[in-house]
Amino acid sequence: MTMKRITLSHGSGGKLMHDLIKGLFVKNFGNPFLNKLGDSTLIHTSVERFAYTTDSYVINPIFFPGGDIGKLSICGTVNDLSVSGARPKYISCGMIVEEGFSYNELEEITLSMKAACKKAGVSIVTGDFKVVEKGAADKIFINTSGIGEVFKEARLSVDYIRPGDKVIVSGTIGDHGAAVLLAREELKFSSRLLSDCAPINGLVSSVICKDIKFIRDPTRGGLATTLNEISMESSYNIGIDESQIPIKEPVKALCEILGLEPLYMANEGKIVLIVSAKSASKVLGRMKKHILGRDSKIIGEVETRRDRKVYLKTKAGGTRILDMLTGEQLPRIC
Amino acid sequence: MKYIDEFRDNKIARSISRAIFKEAVGLPHINLMEVCGTHTMSIGRFGIKDMLPENISLISGPGCPVCVTPKAYIDKAVALSRLHGTIVVTFGDMMKVPGSYSSLEKEKSKGGLVNLVYSALDAVDIAEKNSDKKIIFLGIGFETTSPTVATSVIYAKKKRLKNFFIYAGHKLIIPAMKALVEDIEVNIHGFLCPAHVSTIIGTMPYNLIAKRYGRPCVIAGFEPLDILQGILMLIEQIRSKKSKVGNQYKRVVKKYGNKKALELIKEVFSPKDSEWRGIGILPQSGLALNKRYNMFDAEASFRLPGIKTRPDTGCICGSVLKGIKTPVDCKLFSKRCTPQTPVGSCMVSSEGTCAAYYKYRMKT
Repeated sequence: MTMKRITLSHGSGGKLMHDLIKGLFVKNFGNPFLNKLGDSTLIHTSVERFAYTTDSYVINPIFFPGGDIGKLSICGTVNDLSVSGARPKYISCGMIVEEGFSYNELEEITLSMKAACKKAGVSIVTGDFKVVEKGAADKIFINTSGIGEVFKEARLSVDYIRPGDKVIVSGTIGDHGAAVLLAREELKFSSRLLSDCAPINGLVSSVICKDIKFIRDPTRGGLATTLNEISMESSYNIGIDESQIPIKEPVKALCEILGLEPLYMANEGKIVLIVSAKSASKVLGRMKKHILGRDSKIIGEVETRRDRKVYLKTKAGGTRILDMLTGEQLPRIC
Repeated sequence: MKYIDEFRDNKIARSISRAIFKEAVGLPHINLMEVCGTHTMSIGRFGIKDMLPENISLISGPGCPVCVTPKAYIDKAVALSRLHGTIVVTFGDMMKVPGSYSSLEKEKSKGGLVNLVYSALDAVDIAEKNSDKKIIFLGIGFETTSPTVATSVIYAKKKRLKNFFIYAGHKLIIPAMKALVEDIEVNIHGFLCPAHVSTIIGTMPYNLIAKRYGRPCVIAGFEPLDILQGILMLIEQIRSKKSKVGNQYKRVVKKYGNKKALELIKEVFSPKDSEWRGIGILPQSGLALNKRYNMFDAEASFRLPGIKTRPDTGCICGSVLKGIKTPVDCKLFSKRCTPQTPVGSCMVSSEGTCAAYYKYRMKT
C-alpha cells in the first residue's frame, strides 16, 4: 500500500483542497462558526475586555512524548490567553505543509488539535491551509491566534507587583524541553518522560482573583527567563530558593549528564504567578486542588531592591545571579 | 539518577566552609587555580566564592578545550567547511567560536555543511551514510574526549571508511600546568585538578607538579561539596607546608587512571607540539594521529589555501587562561565582548572563564 501524501494540488484551491478541508478539518473541528466557511467569521463577545494573541509553531520533532505540534499549537495559544487573565474562546488556525507530507500524520495532528480544543473548551472558527514545495518548509508549520474574554476579577499587571509578593510555580519545570530533547534522534537515552504540554485555562480560572498580580507561562527560555522578564518589567529584584523549585528526577539527570540547566528548559503546561503575601497560601491551596497544579510551590519572593535582577539561593547555600538565557543551551564537550 | 542533591547539601557545605575559614586564618593571600572549565562553571553556578574567606582566591585555568583552541584552528575548520563535497562535524560548543573572518555557525547559515553531534561515533555514522561526501570531525578536547575520538578512528578503520577524517586539535593537561608553574608571571599556590581528565590519566601524572614544582594538587569532583572539600584539602597542605597529590574524587579517580582509555589514546595518537590560544606553542602538549592512522588525518589529506590568521586586538584571553588576569580586567568584557557578540572563545564556550564570569557575575 502506498502512503497517501499531501501534494501541491491539496493547496491549490481546487477540488482536492476542498475535499481535504471538508473531509479532514471541518469534519474534526466542525462548529457553527467554522461550518459556514466564510471569508471571515463573525463572532460575538459578552464582555468589555478581551484578549487577543498569536503564535507560530515550528517544533522539531513534530511528534514527541506527551504531545505533537498540533496539541502544542492549541495549548500554546490557549495558555497565552489564560495568563493574560482571559477565558479562551475562539481560535484561528493557519497551516503550512511541505509537499510530500504524510496524510496520516496530518490527520493525527488534526485529531490531537481536536482533542486539545475539547479539553480547553475552545473552537477553531477560521483557518487556512497552504502547501509549499518540498524543501520550502520543514514538514509542517502551524500558526494559531486566539481571542479570550477577560475575567472580571482579573487585575494582572507588573505595575501591581510589590516587595514581599510571593512567587508560585504550578509544578515541575523543564519537562517539555527535556522530552523534546530526548525525542531527537541523536540522543540515545531512553526515558518515560512526557512533555507537560496541556491547556492551563482550567487551572487559571480556578484560582483567578484580585490578589494575583501577574501570571506568565514559562515557555521558551524556561523559568529563569520568565523570572528575569518579570523582574525587568516590574524593576524589583526577585529572590528564588533553588531547593524549593520542583524538578522531576529524569529531567535533573538528563540536565546533569548534558551540562544543561533545567531552569532554562521550556515548559508548555506550567504557570508562574506573583501573588500578594497575605493571599499566597490561599492561592497555593486552591492550585494544589487542580490536577495541573498539584505540585505547586512557593519558590521565592519579590525583594525591595530595584536592580532588575533575579538572585538564586543555591542548594549548596551560595547565592548567585540567575541570568536570562543567551543563545541556545548546548551540551558540553567534557 | 541518585546522588545529585546529596553532593549539594547545604548543611555539609556550611560546615566545610567553616573549616576552610578556620584553616585559612593567618595565612597570606592564597591563589588556587581550578584548572578545568567545568569547575569554573560549577563555582559560579553554586556561588562557591561566597563561601570562602577573603584571603583565598580561586582563579580559572586553561582547562576549557574550546577556549584553548587557537584562532588558526577555527580558520582552518571554516576553510574545510567551504571545500566542495565536505561535511564538517563538530561538538556544539565549537559552532560560535569566532575565527579571523567567520565562524562555523556563520558558515552553516550560509549553506555550509556543518553537522553537530554529541559523540564522535555519530560522525562515523554520518560518514557511512554519506559515502559521496568527505566527513571531517573536529577533534578537540583534553584526555576526556580523545579516547572516544580514538575509538571513532579505530571503528572507521575497521569499516574501511575512506571518507572519514579527523582534524586533530587535542590537548594534554599536564604540559599546560607545567608551563604555568614555569611562567614567572603566574602566581599559583595550589591546583584544584580536573575531575573528568583525572578519571582517564589517574593521580600519578600530577606528581610532576606537586613534587618537582612544589605546588600542592588536589583532584576534586564537580559538585559543590567536592569543590569545597578539595579547597579545604589544598589549604591544609599549604598550612602544613606540604606538597603532594591529594585525591578528593576517590569514588571515581584511581591512581593509574583508566587503562583502556589510555591504551586507545596510545593506539591512535602520538604527542606533538601544539599551539594554545593566547599562550603559544607548548612542547608535546597536543595529540596528532600517529603513522598507523595517518590516512584519517584531515590536515595531511586536504590542501587549503594559505590563511592569514588575524591577531586578537584588545582581547586578553591568553592572560585570562594563564590566570594572570581575570575577565573583569579586560576592557572588552561585557561591553564589546558578550555571549551574543563574543570576541574571544573564552566568552562563547559554555565552560569559558569569561562566559562563567558574565553569566554568574562572579567576583574576582
